[in-house]
Amino acid sequence: MNAVSSRAEAVGRLVLRRLLFAVPVLFVVTLGMFLLAAASPFDPIRQYYGVQIFEADAAEVARVRAELGLDQPVLVQFWSWVTGVFGGDLGVSRSFRQPVAQVVLERLPWTMLLAATGLAIAVLLALLLGTIAAWRQGGWIDRVVTGIGHALEGIPPFVLALLSISVFALALGWLPVAGLTDAGAELSVGQVAQHLVLPATALGISQSPWLVLHVRQSLLTSLTEDHVTGARARGLSEPTVVLRHALPTAVLPFVMLIGARVPELVTGAVLVEAVFSWPGLAAAVVTAAEAVDYPMLAAVTILATGAVLLGSLLADVAAVLLDPRVNADG
Amino acid sequence: MLNRRVFLAAVPTTMLAAACTAPTAPGGSGSPNGMLLGDGYEPDTLHPLLGYAQEGAAKFYDGLVSFDGRGTLRPALAAEEPSSTPDARQWTVTLRENVVFHDGTPFDADDVVATYRAVLDPAFASTISSDFDMLERVEKVDARTVRFDLKYPYAAWPALMVLGIVPAETLAEPEPLENSPLNTEPIGTGPYRLVEWRRGDQMIWRGNENYWGGAPQVGDITVVFATDDNTRAQRLQAGEFDGTVLPPVLAERVGGVDGYRVLHHDSADFRSITLPVGNPVTGDPAVRLALNLAVNRQGMVDALLGGHGTPASTPIPPSMRPHHEPSAVFPFDPARAEQVLGAAGWVRGSDGIRTRGGERARFAVLYNAEDSLRRDLALAFASDAQTVGIEVALEGLGWDAIDPRINDDSVVLGAGTPLDPDLQTYSALHSSATGTGTYNNPGGYRNAEVDAALDAGRRAIGDQERAPHYRRAQTAYVADPGAVYLAFLDHSYLVREGRWNGYQPVVEPHTHGTTWGPWWNVEDWTTVT
Repeated sequence: MNAVSSRAEAVGRLVLRRLLFAVPVLFVVTLGMFLLAAASPFDPIRQYYGVQIFEADAAEVARVRAELGLDQPVLVQFWSWVTGVFGGDLGVSRSFRQPVAQVVLERLPWTMLLAATGLAIAVLLALLLGTIAAWRQGGWIDRVVTGIGHALEGIPPFVLALLSISVFALALGWLPVAGLTDAGAELSVGQVAQHLVLPATALGISQSPWLVLHVRQSLLTSLTEDHVTGARARGLSEPTVVLRHALPTAVLPFVMLIGARVPELVTGAVLVEAVFSWPGLAAAVVTAAEAVDYPMLAAVTILATGAVLLGSLLADVAAVLLDPRVNADG
Repeated sequence: MLNRRVFLAAVPTTMLAAACTAPTAPGGSGSPNGMLLGDGYEPDTLHPLLGYAQEGAAKFYDGLVSFDGRGTLRPALAAEEPSSTPDARQWTVTLRENVVFHDGTPFDADDVVATYRAVLDPAFASTISSDFDMLERVEKVDARTVRFDLKYPYAAWPALMVLGIVPAETLAEPEPLENSPLNTEPIGTGPYRLVEWRRGDQMIWRGNENYWGGAPQVGDITVVFATDDNTRAQRLQAGEFDGTVLPPVLAERVGGVDGYRVLHHDSADFRSITLPVGNPVTGDPAVRLALNLAVNRQGMVDALLGGHGTPASTPIPPSMRPHHEPSAVFPFDPARAEQVLGAAGWVRGSDGIRTRGGERARFAVLYNAEDSLRRDLALAFASDAQTVGIEVALEGLGWDAIDPRINDDSVVLGAGTPLDPDLQTYSALHSSATGTGTYNNPGGYRNAEVDAALDAGRRAIGDQERAPHYRRAQTAYVADPGAVYLAFLDHSYLVREGRWNGYQPVVEPHTHGTTWGPWWNVEDWTTVT
C-alpha cells in the first residue's frame, strides 16, 4: 500500500521535526523561567530558614546564602543546572529537600491520573452533550447545554472545585473532602478512586464547555454537508446519519482542539490540586515558586511545556492519520 | 514524679462513620492503640539542625534534656542534670547508656559532639546557628561524657540542649544539610519512628519498641495535613480525627461535638508592636508610654481571641511563674495617655491628630498580610492610638518587603518560648541584640538597667537566683517601654475523650504542628482499657 507507507513516512517526518524543534523551545522557556523567578520578590533563603529567619544573625544568613550558592547570578545558576541535566542530574529541590527526580516520580503519577481522568470526563461530556445539542438544534436540551456552556466558560476551575466540595462533600456527605485517601487509610484502588471523583469531575467540567460547544458547532456544520444530505436522501435512519456520517467529519477538528486545550488543562490541574490537597506535581509548583527553587521549577516547566508540545503534536498526527486531505508538511 | 491529670469520659466513645467506611489501616482511629490527628501545618524538613522541633517535643529525636511542660527541664539523653562550673561557662553532661538510634546504631558522645559541631560549622548551612552563638567548643571527655565550653557565662544553656541529637554518621561530610536524607527520613533515638510521609497528604509514626523510656502505648500515630481551618473542623465533626488544632474562636464553636473536649493552652507566644528608636514619633518616650496606656489589651483578647489569651505588657507571661513580675503591667488608661502626650508638647490639631513643632504624630505599622490575626491586632492598635490623637498608617506586606524597613517602621511581631526567660527577653530587649538578627530588638531599645538585669540573669544559676533579675528587668522596662506588647495567645485544640489517659496541660512556644499541643507527651499516654 503505497499511500499508507507514504502517510506513515510523513507522520514520522513530522514527529522528528517537532522533536528537533522542541529542544530550543524547552531551552528558551526554561531560561525564561529562571529569569522570571530571579526577578520575583521571593527570597529563597526565607523558605530555607522558615521561622528561624527571625532569630538568625545577618552575617550567618549571608554565609548560608553563599554556602547554598544562592548569591550567584541567575545565569550562573542556570548554566550549572543545564550542565547538571546533561550529566543526568536534575538537581535537588530545596523546597522539598529531596532530589527533583524523586519529587517528580512521587507526584507526577497523581497529576497524570487526575489530568487524564479529567480530560476523559470532558471528552465524554463533549461528545454526548454536543451531539444531542446539535441533533436537536433549538430544542430545550440545546438551549440548556449552550447556556450552561457559555456560563461555565467564565468560571475559574477553583470556584467549581470549592463549590463541589461544599455541595457533595460537606452538605451531602457523599464524597470525601480532600486528599488521596481517607485519613490514615492505606493507598488502595478503591480509596483513590473515591477521592478522585470530585477533583477529576471539577477539572473535567471546567474544561468541557469549549469542547461541548465545539462539537455542537462542527456537527451542525457537517449536518448540512453534501455527504450527510446524500445519506439522508438514501433514506438511512436518523441515528445512522448523525453517528456514522456526520460525526466522523466533525470529530477531526475536535481532536485538534483537545491538543490545543492542554495548556488550559495544566493550569486547571494546578488550581484543582491546590483546592483538593491532591499531592500531585501541580500543587508543588506553588511551593517551588515561593522558594525560588530553580531545579524544581525547571523540572515542572519542562514537563508542562513538554505536555503542551506533545498535545499539539498528537493533534497534528491524528489529523494526518484521520483525514487524507491534511498535508503533513502543512 | 509526674502528677498526671486524668480525665475519664462518662460515655464510651462511639465511632461515627460519616460518609466513609471506618478506616481499616493501623493508625486509623478504628484501632485501639492508633491515633489520628489533623494538622494545619506541614513541616518542610525533619532535620533538627534545619529547625525541626526547635523547642523539643520532636517525637523522632531526643535532646539531652526535655521540657516537662511546667517550666523545668528534665534529663532525656542526659543521664542526670547537666552540671556547670560556678561561672556558668562550662557545662558537663553525662549521657544515658544503652540507647540506640532507630537504625540500630548505638548512641554515644560522638553523636552529641557531631551534632553540636555541625551547628557551629558553616559548611553544614544549619539554620539554627545564631541561637548557639555562645557555644565556643564541644568536647568528648569519654564515651559517656560531653563538655560544652561557652564564650560567656550563660545560665540558660540547658534550654538549648533540647536540640535533637542525630547520628554522627549522617554528618560525616561537611556539606549543606539541604541534601541530607534526614530531611525526609529522620533517624533519631526518639519515641516514634517515621514510617511513611506522603508529602502534602499525611505522615505515619510508629512507636519505637526499643525506646529508652519504654515503648509508647499509643503505637501508631497518623498525622493528616489539611491546611484549611474550616476543613479540619468539618472533618473532626464527622468523627474522622482524634484531635486537631483550631483557632480559639472556631474551636469553641465546634466545641459541642459529642465525645470531644476543647483545650486552650497558655503559651509564651506573644504579639507586639515594635517602636523604632530612630523614628521621630515612635522614638519619643512620651509617645511610647502613651501608646502603652492607650491600648485596650483585654478588649483585644476578648474581641479578637474570643477571650483565649492573656494581656501582655512585657515579654514574660504569667505562666512563666517565678520569672513573671505581676506589678509590671500597663493599665488601660487613655486619659492618662492624653496627659502624657499633652505634657510632652504634642498638641491636637483641627483633625484630632497631634503635632509637635511641625512633626505630625503619625507612623506606619507593617504586618504580614497573610496573617489575619496580626492584621486584626494592627487594626485594633490603630484605632486605640487614634483615640489619643496618634495616627497609625497600616500596611499589609510580605516579609520580604517588611525586612528592609524594620529599623524605621513599626512591625507586628510574634515569638516566644517558655523554655527559659533569657530566650524570651534577651534578644527582644537587650541593647546588644540589635543587629544580631533581623528581628532581634529591631526597635533599637536601650535601657541600662534592663541590660544589667538581663546580663545578671545569664550569670546566676538556678531559678531561685535568676528570677529576681528577670523581675527587675520587667519593672525597669515598664518604666521606660520600648514596644507595645499586646497579648499572649492561647493555642486551642479539640481532642477525643475517653480513649487515653495521660494528657497534661502545657505552656507552649510559638510553634506549629502536632509535636506540641496536647500531644507534647503522647509517648507517655496510656490506653483506657
